[in-house]
Amino acid sequence: MPRILGVDIPGKKKLEYSLRYIYGLGPTRVNRILAETGLDADMKANDLNEEQINAIMSKVHELNFVIEGDLRREIAGSMKRLQAINCYRGIRHRRGMPVRGQRTKTNARTRKGKVKAIQGGKR
Amino acid sequence: MSRSIKKGFFVDPGLAAKIDRAQQANDRKPINTWSRRSTITPDFVGLNINVHNGKIFVPVHVTENMVGHKLGEFSQTCTFKAHGGSGKK
Repeated sequence: MPRILGVDIPGKKKLEYSLRYIYGLGPTRVNRILAETGLDADMKANDLNEEQINAIMSKVHELNFVIEGDLRREIAGSMKRLQAINCYRGIRHRRGMPVRGQRTKTNARTRKGKVKAIQGGKR
Repeated sequence: MSRSIKKGFFVDPGLAAKIDRAQQANDRKPINTWSRRSTITPDFVGLNINVHNGKIFVPVHVTENMVGHKLGEFSQTCTFKAHGGSGKK
């Protein structure tokens, strides 16, 4: 299990997929990194040598991709900002409700959590 | 989808004029408005604006962080109803 960019340890999968285990790197960014570093998308992450790992790392920095802790901090920061100014989106975040205008009559369980039983619901 | 940059911010002309006057006179008296659709521009910062929510004017003190949002975002139109109100806010 190679270590790339600090703490990440993607498994013995193809590079194309294993790099996506890094928070902040999805299909688009991974493909771009692979294309620009000229690495083979089908090679296993275990087979990376030092040089190639460094190539990936410097590419991520070069492209200014915010990843892992920095990205989490950025997201938490903007959520905090929305909550501090008391705007609609901030209030929705505080309440744990969907933020982008989705319906809440049904569904929205990702935000609202597990269904809470209501007393005497069904006889 | 967000608004085309080409057009710039939308601020109701009437409200914009009021904001200008208030800023020039350094008048901090709250401004009543129904124009929830107006974007908050940097000119608004420091003013008190009462934004109508369909029923009452909700007082909003504009700070720098609010620039780029619409006035309506700070004046809720619905009251929040929830079941089982123990503990939670």
